[in-house]
Amino acid sequence: MNKPIRTMSIFCMLLFAALLLNSTYLQYVDAGNLNSRGDNKRVRDAEFSRKRGAIVAGGTSVAESKPVDDQYKYQRVYKQPQKYAPLTGYYSYIYGRSAVESSQNEILSGSDPRLFVNRVVDMLGNSQPKGGSVSLTVDPKAQTAAYDGLRKLGNDAKGAVVALDPSTGKVLAMTTTPTYDPNKLASHQFSQVQQAWNRLNGNKSRPLLNRAIQEVYPPGSTFKLVTAAAALSSGQFTPTTKVAGGSTLDLPGTTVNLPNEPGLDCGTDQITLTQALVNSCNTSFGDIGLKLGADALREQAEKFGFDQTYLNDLDGQVKSRFPADPDEPQTALSAIGQFDVASTPLQMAMVVSGIANNGTVMRPYVVDQVQAPDLSSLDQTRPEAFRSNAVSSSVARDLTQMMIEVVDNGTGRTAQIPNVKVAGKTGTAQRGPDQPPYAWFVSFAPADDPKVAVAVFIDDPSVPRGEISGSGLAAPIAKAVMEAVINK
Amino acid sequence: MSAMQALRDAAFTHRRRRGAELFLLVISLVVGVGAYAAVGLGVEESVPTDIVGYGGWLAVLCLVCHVVVRLVAPYADPVLLPIVAALNGLGLAMIHRIDLADLAANPDTKTFARGQLIWMTLGVLLFVLVLVVVRDHRRLQSLTYTSGFLALVLLLMPLMPVLGTTIHGSRIWIRLGPLSFQPGEIAKVMLVLFFAGYLVLHRDALALAGRRFAGLDLPRGRDLGPILAMWLVSLGILVFQKDLGSSLLFFGLFLVMLYVATERPGWLVVGSVMFMAGAYAGFLAFGHVQSRVNAWLHPFDPQFADGSYQIVQGMYGMAWGGLIGRGFGQGNPTLIPFSYSDFIFASIGEELGLTGVFAVLLLYGLIVERGLRTALVCRDAFGKLIAVGLAVVFALQVFVVVGGVTKLIPLTGLTTPFMSYGGSSLVANWAIIALLLRISDQARRPLPELSAPDEDDATQVVRIR
Repeated sequence: MNKPIRTMSIFCMLLFAALLLNSTYLQYVDAGNLNSRGDNKRVRDAEFSRKRGAIVAGGTSVAESKPVDDQYKYQRVYKQPQKYAPLTGYYSYIYGRSAVESSQNEILSGSDPRLFVNRVVDMLGNSQPKGGSVSLTVDPKAQTAAYDGLRKLGNDAKGAVVALDPSTGKVLAMTTTPTYDPNKLASHQFSQVQQAWNRLNGNKSRPLLNRAIQEVYPPGSTFKLVTAAAALSSGQFTPTTKVAGGSTLDLPGTTVNLPNEPGLDCGTDQITLTQALVNSCNTSFGDIGLKLGADALREQAEKFGFDQTYLNDLDGQVKSRFPADPDEPQTALSAIGQFDVASTPLQMAMVVSGIANNGTVMRPYVVDQVQAPDLSSLDQTRPEAFRSNAVSSSVARDLTQMMIEVVDNGTGRTAQIPNVKVAGKTGTAQRGPDQPPYAWFVSFAPADDPKVAVAVFIDDPSVPRGEISGSGLAAPIAKAVMEAVINK
Repeated sequence: MSAMQALRDAAFTHRRRRGAELFLLVISLVVGVGAYAAVGLGVEESVPTDIVGYGGWLAVLCLVCHVVVRLVAPYADPVLLPIVAALNGLGLAMIHRIDLADLAANPDTKTFARGQLIWMTLGVLLFVLVLVVVRDHRRLQSLTYTSGFLALVLLLMPLMPVLGTTIHGSRIWIRLGPLSFQPGEIAKVMLVLFFAGYLVLHRDALALAGRRFAGLDLPRGRDLGPILAMWLVSLGILVFQKDLGSSLLFFGLFLVMLYVATERPGWLVVGSVMFMAGAYAGFLAFGHVQSRVNAWLHPFDPQFADGSYQIVQGMYGMAWGGLIGRGFGQGNPTLIPFSYSDFIFASIGEELGLTGVFAVLLLYGLIVERGLRTALVCRDAFGKLIAVGLAVVFALQVFVVVGGVTKLIPLTGLTTPFMSYGGSSLVANWAIIALLLRISDQARRPLPELSAPDEDDATQVVRIR
């Protein structure tokens, strides 16, 4: 009977091998997958009661975990909560996480593979694993200037400010209003958290929305920079090329004429391209758009990042868009940033920072460095070109000169900084007939050695319609942010 | 030197190895008591105050077992007892740890560790009893039909109106005053004895008659009687007691023993086909079988969330444990329903990690290996069949319950031997180990010395020690 006994031995061995393999699959191969499932209470509880790493901006923490005497041991605390909310995001037991709290969760919670050694040491020392910290690229002064600028507009105003370091893509400031207090969502009083959440979601002005990256708006005249870039890149235009001026442009195939904004000098017949930009002449750029065609405009827009996602550190970045197949009048309107052209404030900041950086658009990023709990650096983000040669460096130079003119002598005078050359462009984007226009301003400074590129977007129904302009509302905020970065 | 002496010298002689057993037992005690101390450290951050009493009690139990083995089964396998002691100690510590968590949540809750320690003591007593009373396993052959009858009675007991009781949907329990008991666990041992005795007598008829079909020796129709009967009994258990696990276990056991006795793989083919047919019919006919299969196939489907909650929590627990585990007291095994009994393996996986899981599985594997080795070296067919039956039923049980908990196969309600809370299972498994030790003692004992070998060896005088 020994032969069947040997056969059964092999059978039993196979049974045990199957068990060993399956346990390995469950506890090693598939463990990460199982641990990241939303209904896994263990992981949520453990992360929630762990000393989560801090989020640091300019050397001071803007989010950190403080020991408290309750079931979860640690309470997430946000200092300057509203100012940094779009960057830190919230960390809630019930509603999960957002922004950097979400994208850097593995580091902050300590479960990142790069923290493996720390976890082993913690385990051997019988202490709870600790999370690593995350340093933001943000310049606190710029962030403050941007936030204060938006707050000064009052409670009804909605808006967003993005400042980039043109040479690296570092996000130096990112604010949005109205905003929210993430402390209210991180509280351990779950019923209050629920109420706060319902209030935020019931609010029509959507405070949880990060207007800098999560929604697109018609960029209006700031998009003329893209049109001008396409024009100069085509070789058919130089800054001194004469383009169509006059008070109106006849839109082909329609009975409608495209007017200029009142009070701007767009000549009677022909003006230079520079003058057209300085006075933001719709007629000129509508005509240029018709000459270049929609495809050339779209191609240029996409070189700057339209129709793409590029921001990895914050979730929910939406694509900016240029219409797919516009007819001629629609092309003319698109060339001046109207019709179906729509952009996030971040995208417009990338357009100007590409011009500032000799035509190379850097990939924007928010997380500068991640650190182990002992503050040793685990990873430093290296700047990366998102698109080199979005425009050639000579086109970038020409555009810079034209934008300096805009600030020195044109619609952007309100952004002038003493002793510093500023390059900028205003925008006032029309939307529906009964709605107030959006005010835009994009700029960078110093123009000869750019340190900061800014995009400001404002939607303020409390200001009388006629007074809404990029120059009046948006440019002063951009100026304050640029000053904050330069005067360090 | 006579020729016979040379023959004996050439044959492999097993050593007693009782010293090795004692050494391994000490290690097992360190594992068991160490785990208990680790639970105290992990949950309450101090070594439990009763560690001396608890450790002392475990030590006494181990020592009693060891002394009894030394006295009445000196050649018995030296590895089995230490493994069992280690598994039992680990299980006790885990149950105690879950008790502490339950107590923290609700001071009036029912605890299990103390009961389990009492059951372990009873198990050790039964172990001693079996070893002392059954001095030669061949005697048990005379009890073949008694065992069969007892097994049948035990299996039917839960179905009796007053005695039987339904717990968690399965009618496999009897209630005697405050105690509830699963007679099926004892029936398992009785069935092994019955099958072994029956097959030893009838194996020639079952093995030799038959016809060849497609390269396989298939049995005669009239010889199918016993397997058919066993199949019906298993189906009966499935239908009336709603106990998928036992049904599978008994049938698998019978099939394997039939195959070993007859050396004919044809039986495995016939049996497997019958098993599949029965399983499929069971799936079609019974809602509870369907819900188990659905929970297995689609654990994360919200449609089957009620049925799969336990297994999903078990999987989360094991994934959370990862490679090295959370450590005693650092996981959340109480999130898993029945983490102290059916799902204790998931609790082990969560707190001791894949490392602990491998260790436990290898210990189980070693028990099976020692059982099969005993079967190989055993010199009589009856003993071989008992040993192989016990080893295989043990392997099948571990596979069915651990495979169920880790979502390798659909979940069925079986206990994890020596670890999960449950008196009947613990006591029965101690008896199984005692039987295996008894057979291995017989098998490893040196060949009896032959007195006065002469040419006429028709009758030999055998000196029994």
